[in-house]
Amino acid sequence: MTLAAKFKGPGWYRAALSIPLGILFGLGLTVGVRALYGYDPLFDGDAITTVALISTPLAFLVGIGCFDYWFYWAAGKPTREEDHSSHGAHTWKDYFKVNTDHKVIGIQYICTTFVFFVLGGLMAMVMRAELAAPGSQIVDPNTFNGLFSVHASLMIFLFIIPVFAGIANYVLPLMIGAPDMAFPRLNALSFWMLPTAGIMMVASFFAPGGSFATGWTAYAPLSTETPLGQTFFTIGVQFAGASSIATALNFLVTIITMRAPGMTFWRMPLLVWANFTTSLLVVIATPFIAGSQFFVLFDRALGTDFFNAAAGGDVLMYQHVFWFYSHPAVYIMMLPGFGIISEVISTHARKPVFGYRMMAFSLMAIVVLGFTVWAHHMFVSGMFSWLRVPMMITTMLIAVPTGIKIFSWIATLWKGVIHMTTPMLFALGFITMFTLGGISGIVLAVIPVDIYVSDTYFVVAHIHYVLFGGSVFTIFAGIYHWFPKMTGRMYDETLGRIHFWLSFIFFNLTFGPMHLVGVDGMPRRVADYAEEFATLNALISVSSFIFGMSFFIFLYNMISSWRHGPKAAANPWRAHTIEWQVSSPPPIFNFDEIPTVVGGPYEYGVPGAQHAIFKATEEKREPVAAE
Amino acid sequence: MAIYGLIASVIGVVAALWIDWFPPAAVQEAKDIDTLWDVLLIVSVPIFVLVMVVVIYCVRAFKARPGDMGDGEPIHGNTMLEVVWVAVPFVIVSVLAVYGWIVLDDIEAKKPDRLQVEVRGQQFIWRYEYPNPTGGKEKVKSYDLVVPTGRQVEFNINTDDVIHDFWIPAFRLKIDAVPGITTHWRATPSEKGSYDVLCAELCGLGHSTMRGSVRVVAPEEYDAWLSKTAAKAAEEG
Ligand code: HEM
Ligand SMILES: [Cu+2]
Ligand SMILES: [Cu+2]
Repeated sequence: MTLAAKFKGPGWYRAALSIPLGILFGLGLTVGVRALYGYDPLFDGDAITTVALISTPLAFLVGIGCFDYWFYWAAGKPTREEDHSSHGAHTWKDYFKVNTDHKVIGIQYICTTFVFFVLGGLMAMVMRAELAAPGSQIVDPNTFNGLFSVHASLMIFLFIIPVFAGIANYVLPLMIGAPDMAFPRLNALSFWMLPTAGIMMVASFFAPGGSFATGWTAYAPLSTETPLGQTFFTIGVQFAGASSIATALNFLVTIITMRAPGMTFWRMPLLVWANFTTSLLVVIATPFIAGSQFFVLFDRALGTDFFNAAAGGDVLMYQHVFWFYSHPAVYIMMLPGFGIISEVISTHARKPVFGYRMMAFSLMAIVVLGFTVWAHHMFVSGMFSWLRVPMMITTMLIAVPTGIKIFSWIATLWKGVIHMTTPMLFALGFITMFTLGGISGIVLAVIPVDIYVSDTYFVVAHIHYVLFGGSVFTIFAGIYHWFPKMTGRMYDETLGRIHFWLSFIFFNLTFGPMHLVGVDGMPRRVADYAEEFATLNALISVSSFIFGMSFFIFLYNMISSWRHGPKAAANPWRAHTIEWQVSSPPPIFNFDEIPTVVGGPYEYGVPGAQHAIFKATEEKREPVAAE
Repeated sequence: MAIYGLIASVIGVVAALWIDWFPPAAVQEAKDIDTLWDVLLIVSVPIFVLVMVVVIYCVRAFKARPGDMGDGEPIHGNTMLEVVWVAVPFVIVSVLAVYGWIVLDDIEAKKPDRLQVEVRGQQFIWRYEYPNPTGGKEKVKSYDLVVPTGRQVEFNINTDDVIHDFWIPAFRLKIDAVPGITTHWRATPSEKGSYDVLCAELCGLGHSTMRGSVRVVAPEEYDAWLSKTAAKAAEEG
């Protein structure tokens, strides 16, 4: 390819050209408008950066090639004949290009999000080093505030939420017998918005005045008054959120219209149900956080007074809108994990999922109830006090569908043939740790207790029990479970077990004692604390370092097994769901013959039962209507 | 299994109640909250133990023998069991919610003849205003928080800049100081002593240094302190 062609076609060369153009555009627009209005100074760094933070990522997305096809189409030009040249990976380089294959996108998602997981984890290590003793150790308070803000934002917006989207991206179309997602180009765009958002958040450390330092919650008016770094969050979240929404739409359409013949709603694996319900949450809730951050941006950049009480703004409004997203978001971060656990437990315990329909109904119940509890984060916010008791009641009611899930998983283990593989270990670790996080959640819902423990380390403990012992353990379970499918190789079981036991033990030693210091009166989000909390904090810090190291065993296992691990069979777990009925890794277009679904997904132990059969057929596939 | 569960629950509950969770209490309202906490522990521990014991039992009893390629029993559900584990948690959380509501009502009950103290948050310090002992309109301003025992204090909380949160762990209560509105909480000090006052809402650079203290003193001592402070303030103009 000639150099000129390289710059013309989609890819990194063109992106390298378009990024400076994006910056220039931001600069030109800002300076132009300021000149028109006669503002002084003409060159305002904050203003230019704010606009450039929007224009540059868009320019990058154009340069890398996310919009080529649509531009052709919109311009009325003949769209190029689809030659599938950007579908599927033939060399490792294809993973660094805009690709429309859901399997490639899935891997891109997973690898990218793990990069941000490591970055967020390193920030946690720095925080724990600072907190190892009272007083000031290695970072100043401003940096510390930045560290926990970026740590939490990366973990939530760049790891947990998207890594689930990545796993589902890979597995879900295979599971329902579809050749790809419904909108492959939108899928690619969703992915490429993510690194943009993540790099923006990390880059905020280089902004004058330091990174954003108002927590991942970015409460106004603090967030409308702090230095430029905050803008990196405000805008970064927009890209992460847009990515989330687009993916969720894609999942919804895929699940509704692209199921294989015979795959009725009641024959869908629970991972599919989980992503169906999660996607509903995402499309309904995510616009709210986008709104909340836009208002902050307007207050910061345009001088509006949405959250300026002195000018009639409403400070509590921010929190209501924010939590109207961010409570459902905790289920966005949990339901896909529920799906993974159902797959892992039934497969590795060789049992049908106990109470399959109740499992699906409880997911739906959580979606509905999830929208009725947001103000439990605001019991001490000074909001109208009558709303507290109703929200306490709805919050506690969510324990019922959640309990159904936990008890059903345990009943699935009952009389099974339990293979203690690494995914199974993580699933069991999840069940126990998530139960603990759920219980501390109930405790937090009881208003008089919450008034005391909210904004203390008890909440930090709770967050990590549900997000690490909960979500991250399901992610590990899922990665180990589908590793053979994704890479065509087996991981090392011994290393997997060591990883599990180190994680499990040091997870508890790190986050367990946080309950104690919290109830004893240590507030959260502090760089320094009173002498009396010193002993436990030292223990927490030491445990967290070992816990952090345990991750590298996982990393080593994944990388070395991917390169040299023993070849995996198509179906090493003898599972029934469809993704295991094709080769490992699957063919580029997933199915050489289209599967027909003839029974439930988990009929272990039922003589002669089958979930899907493959018969060579030329029939055109028709979407199946729901029962 | 039931025996193990019972023993573990008893040990767990005893251990949980033995832990000295809270800092010392200095107000009458604290007792209700601390009891509520103990009840929550007594309910929570057996639930956690139940899950742990059944999981551990399953792992030991149903672990695949090497080379066992068989499947488990194809049990798809059990309506009776499912009704039970919907109904029992429902009852438990309902009772806890009602109990929580009652405690909330109790601790927020207004008592007559309250001492009104204005609290103003400011990056990164708390300021206080007391009623004038001579009956004048002018409030007595101070950077110290001193309250008498035996009389309910109502804190009316404001902020000059961003959100803060007025928290006295020994009083068990906290609420945000929100720009544009005044928030309140009430407590009846009962134990003399000096206790921490903290800011519990991230308010910027100096958030972790926004710590002060409150002195709970006998009513006479409070009156004396107030008169002295008022006099000093008058002197300084
Ligand atoms: C070794 C692993 C980890 C350690 C040692 C760790 C440690 C910490 C620390 C020290 C804080 C600051 C607490 C404070 O100052 O209030 C924090 C906050 C937070 N972490 Fe982690 N963390 C870890 C992993 C994770 C993971 C996997 C997640 C997943 C989402 C996560 C989510 C959060 C969130 C949401 C906050 C925000 C709390 C707040 O805003 O106050 N953390 N973590
Ligand atoms: Cu919530
Ligand atoms: Cu503060």
